[in-house]
Amino acid sequence: MIRRAILKAIAIPGHQIPFGAREMPLPYGWGTGGIQVTASILGPSDVLKVIDQGADDTTNAVSIRRFFARTAGVATTTRTAEATVIQTRHRIPERPLREDQILVFQVPMPEPLFRLEPRLAETRRLHALADYSLAQVKLYEDIAQQGESASSYNHPVLVNGRYLMSPSPIPGFDNPKLDRNPALLLFGAGREKKIYAVPPYTPVKSLDFDDHPFAPMRAPHPCALCGSTAHYLDEIVTDDRGGRMFVCSDTDACADAAAGAPR
Amino acid sequence: MRPGFADPVLDAQAAFRAVMEAMARPGRVLRLAAPPAPPPPLAPAAAAALLALADAETPLWTDAPEEARGWIAFHSGAPLLAAPGEAEFLLATAAMPPLGLLRAGSDEAPQEGATLILQVEALRPGAGWRLSGPGIAEEHRLAVCGLPADFPAQWAANAARFPRGVDLVLAAGDALAAFPRTLRIEEGG
Repeated sequence: MIRRAILKAIAIPGHQIPFGAREMPLPYGWGTGGIQVTASILGPSDVLKVIDQGADDTTNAVSIRRFFARTAGVATTTRTAEATVIQTRHRIPERPLREDQILVFQVPMPEPLFRLEPRLAETRRLHALADYSLAQVKLYEDIAQQGESASSYNHPVLVNGRYLMSPSPIPGFDNPKLDRNPALLLFGAGREKKIYAVPPYTPVKSLDFDDHPFAPMRAPHPCALCGSTAHYLDEIVTDDRGGRMFVCSDTDACADAAAGAPR
Repeated sequence: MRPGFADPVLDAQAAFRAVMEAMARPGRVLRLAAPPAPPPPLAPAAAAALLALADAETPLWTDAPEEARGWIAFHSGAPLLAAPGEAEFLLATAAMPPLGLLRAGSDEAPQEGATLILQVEALRPGAGWRLSGPGIAEEHRLAVCGLPADFPAQWAANAARFPRGVDLVLAAGDALAAFPRTLRIEEGG
C-alpha cells in the first residue's frame, strides 16, 4: 500500500498521496513517515545513511540507522558518497547526489498551505485548482513589511510548474538543490499520513516574484572546524557569556573538507 | 498451479524497486533478476509487477485466459473485475484497453487513476520515440513494438488531462519500462 502510494507520488510530482500510516516503534515527529518510506524501498543491496539536521551522530539518526541495521540487516554508512538510500531530517547533503541514490525526507507537515488555510478539504480543492494565491499574498506581505521573505526554512516550492509543495523544513539554502536533482526525492509524513515525491531532473522553483527573486540564506562565516565558506552552518552557543561558533551542519561534508581532499 | 515469487519478501521488493526506478526514469528499460514463471501468456516482468503491487485491496481487471486468471487471483489475492473501467490495476496481455475508458481519478484525488500493466512484444531503448518530462535529464529514446497505431494520440489525450490520468507499466519478457502520466512522447526522427 505504501509502495503503491510511492509510485503514484512519482507519477504526479509534488502531489500529496494519502496513505494508511502504521504504528511505528517511536513517537510521531521522530521520523515515522521517513521510516515507513525507507522500509518500503530498502533491499539487501542497499547502503543506508541517516542524517538529522545534516548530522550522522545525533540520537535520532543513530537510532534509525541501528533500527534498520538490526531489523533489515542492511549495510549502513555515514558517507554520503557510499549511500544508496539516505533518510534525512531537515537537510539535503552538501555533496551533490547521483542517479543511483534515493533521498527520503522526514516530513512533519506536508501541507504548504497549512498556516494559511486550516481546512484540509479546502486545501485539497486549492491544489486541484492550482490556486496558490494565498501563498503568494503571504510572500507579498512578507516582502512589503520586511523587505524579504520571512521564511528562512520550509519555503514553499512549485514542482514541475504545477503543485505547490512543502520542501519539509529544509533551510532555504537547500531549496536550489531540489531543482533538477539527479536523485529520486521521496517525502514521508507519518502523523499527517501523506507521501509525495519529486522525480529526478524535475524542475522545482522556490516561490518568489520576478522583482524579488528567491535568495537562499547562509550565515556569513567560515566553518570553525573545516573552514568551509560554502557549506550550510549551524550556530552553536558555547557558553553563557555570548560565546558562539559556526560549524557545518553536514558532518560528513565537514569531515571531508577538514581532511583536505574530496574522497 | 505454478509458484509465485520464490522469495515473497525479497523478490517483491526487487520487483517494486524495478517498477519504481522505471517510473522515476520513464523509458529506461530494467530487467528483473528473479521474476516468477507465470502460466502463459503472462510475461514474467508483468507478473512480477502485478504480484509486487496488487493485493486484496486493489480491484484488478485482466484479459488473461482462465489458467492465468487463477494464478493471478491465487498469488495476488486481488478481486477480479469483469469490466476495466473500475479497476485500480489492469493487466492486458493482448489488446490495450482504450486509455480513455480507464479510471483517471479526480482533480482532487488524481492518485486514484489506474495503473495499466501492458504486455508488449519488445522494448528497445536508444531508438524510436523521443521521451521527455520529469525523471528525464534531456531525452530518453525508446521503441515499443506491439502498441496500437493510435497510441501516441491516446497518450497525448491522457497527458492533457493532468493531474488526472492513467500510468503505464510496459512489460516484455523479463524487461519492463514505465510511462507516468507526466511523460511527453514525440515521434522519433
